[in-house]
Amino acid sequence: MKYMDEYRDGKIARSIAAAIAAAADPARLYHFMEFCGGHTHAISRYGLEDLLPGNVRMVHGPGCPVCVLPIGRIDMAIRLAQRPEVTLCTYGDLMRVPGSHGASLLRAKAAGADIRMVYSTLDAIAIAQAEPERQVVFFAIGFETTTPPTALAVKLACARRLTNFTVFCNHVLTPPAIRGILEHPDLDGVEGPKLDGFIGPAHVSAVIGSDAFAEFARDFEKPVVVAGFEPLDVMQAILMLIRQVNDGRHAVENQYIRAVSPQGNRIAQAEVAEVFELRESFEWRGFGAVPASGLRLREAYAGFDAERRFAMPEISAADNPACECGAILRGIKRPTDCKLFGTLCTPETPMGSCMVSSEGACAAHWTYGRFRDHARRAVA
Amino acid sequence: MSDRTRRRKLDIKNGRVDLSHGAGGRAMAHLIGEIFHEAFDNDLLRRGNDQAAFDVVGGRMVMTTDGYVVSPLFFPGGDIGSLAVHGTINDVAMAGARPLYLSAGFIIEEGFPLADLKRIADSMGAASRDAGVPIVTGDTKVVERGKADGVFITTTGVGVVPAELVLSSEQARPGDKVLLSGFIGDHGVAVMSQRRNLAFETSIVSDSAALHELVAAMVAAAPQALRVMRDPTRGGLAATLNELAQQSAVGFRLDEDAVPIRPEVAAACELLGLDPLYVANEGKLIAIVASEAADTVLAAMRAHPLGRDAAIIGEVIADDHHFVQMTTSFGGGRIVDWLSGEQLPRIC
Repeated sequence: MKYMDEYRDGKIARSIAAAIAAAADPARLYHFMEFCGGHTHAISRYGLEDLLPGNVRMVHGPGCPVCVLPIGRIDMAIRLAQRPEVTLCTYGDLMRVPGSHGASLLRAKAAGADIRMVYSTLDAIAIAQAEPERQVVFFAIGFETTTPPTALAVKLACARRLTNFTVFCNHVLTPPAIRGILEHPDLDGVEGPKLDGFIGPAHVSAVIGSDAFAEFARDFEKPVVVAGFEPLDVMQAILMLIRQVNDGRHAVENQYIRAVSPQGNRIAQAEVAEVFELRESFEWRGFGAVPASGLRLREAYAGFDAERRFAMPEISAADNPACECGAILRGIKRPTDCKLFGTLCTPETPMGSCMVSSEGACAAHWTYGRFRDHARRAVA
Repeated sequence: MSDRTRRRKLDIKNGRVDLSHGAGGRAMAHLIGEIFHEAFDNDLLRRGNDQAAFDVVGGRMVMTTDGYVVSPLFFPGGDIGSLAVHGTINDVAMAGARPLYLSAGFIIEEGFPLADLKRIADSMGAASRDAGVPIVTGDTKVVERGKADGVFITTTGVGVVPAELVLSSEQARPGDKVLLSGFIGDHGVAVMSQRRNLAFETSIVSDSAALHELVAAMVAAAPQALRVMRDPTRGGLAATLNELAQQSAVGFRLDEDAVPIRPEVAAACELLGLDPLYVANEGKLIAIVASEAADTVLAAMRAHPLGRDAAIIGEVIADDHHFVQMTTSFGGGRIVDWLSGEQLPRIC
């Protein structure tokens, strides 16, 4: 597969792995957080852990949009979908995410709610146009990557004067979450490992630009390397981070120059700014409330805001108290340290955010990497 | 009944199935006669009994049944009809058996175009004739509009296998080799490419095919060495190997570079966020073969058109956890786990 296999070449991987092994100072530990679920997935899917020296450790960050969506927002979506006039359109990966009391969109659909899987916001617009008697709501989630298509759909609905199309907006922003991790590295007084740097998001950065991460390099003196989602991208980014740490530098570097510019996609940014505004605070599952990290529709587009049209009451619901997602997302614990991991909490019955989608830290480890736990135990 | 009524033909070009076609009366007789009997025509069916009676030879009988609900009904490389024939023949063949006869049950939604029904029946007829496995009995039901999605088909197959040949899921042993008959993921991607809300252009066609002759060639090559055969349909290679790992209480180690995947399928999966290891196949088989005969069986597979691209993709290992492990093309290790939820609904 052209333009793809080049980034998955095992031979090049081994040469970068050798360079990493040569560059990593055996006298110290390196802790890097990959913020994005896409990177977490690549690390697990391709078994990158096996290619890294033992003193280079990856901390899996909260960058999986399905994972960080709070249970309460799922409950709100289910309640909305149960209204007889509503057709709820959603991306497929939200269907199985459990809300409170074992409810999910999949189960609500089975019980008769009109819930449809779409692959694009434009599919939802098409349904609204084809079925004017239905109130079509698009369940919008995701980081800066999926926000522009939602903005576009709202503007399209506005231009076409659709009165039966709204958006249930759950879009969140990446930089405030990274800031939250850096400002509050502890959980209930327990500190995680000191993070030595970040692998910056791939697709998000294509929209917001690599400059968006300059504040972390400057204010927190952390190197950031924006990287693509292919395994070689991740390997190269790790090497770049190690070199920065060794040199005592903390700059934003861009490994993903084939897609990311310093300023990002200005057109997409303008569309988003026109349609959305910041919420004061938004809850991230496993992470708590993060100030100025979520978006809602601006007053000018209030008519397309499902929360306003249906006067949706806020619902908040707590995770299982034994869930360790908060500690795992900060690198304080590993998935296997959680009592629920692989017992009560599996990809079929996720209890916490990290198990919800294959991009979550726990699900990725369970799905691709858990054979190592048994190997480790056997050695011990 | 006047002669004129008896001779009136179905309006296949413009007509639609209505409730009378399932009511047991003359309309139903017309439908069965003009569409199904004409398409499937054979001695046993022509007798017009409610069942087919046939002699059986020595050995053990093999029997299987499968329901087909694929959406859309027509896709590149096949349709629900050919799929219903190939899929059931393959389930019989995976026991090492020679498939003998098929039955076909149809649940048709009121309003379904007769032209489409005929097209499906003709395709079933052609598939069964090509395979040499006649459809000898059947059933037709019509349900109200909205109670089905066009047409659902259930086929049952019977076959015979020599008494001394026992292929079964619990027989994989550490050291055995895993053989795969060709490229994976073609069927799932071909069907996906036709989905209304997803349509994309691709040259990929379904691999839907009857595998019993390939199986016969493998059995002839090394009957003692074959442990298990399975066709990796829904859930793909990953689901099948995980099932086998449980049933045989073993593990697997696969080599990602050895698994044949077409670049077009890899690209489509990349685009759709799918893993080809989990995508359905309808004309592929996995064989677990004793190590010493693996090359012999592989050669026999490659000599058959449906096994031309066969490969040894891994081996059976001892593993108390029954993991399917894979050495990635990148050099790292991973698990190929059970699928959580469904990756592609209604693929067969």
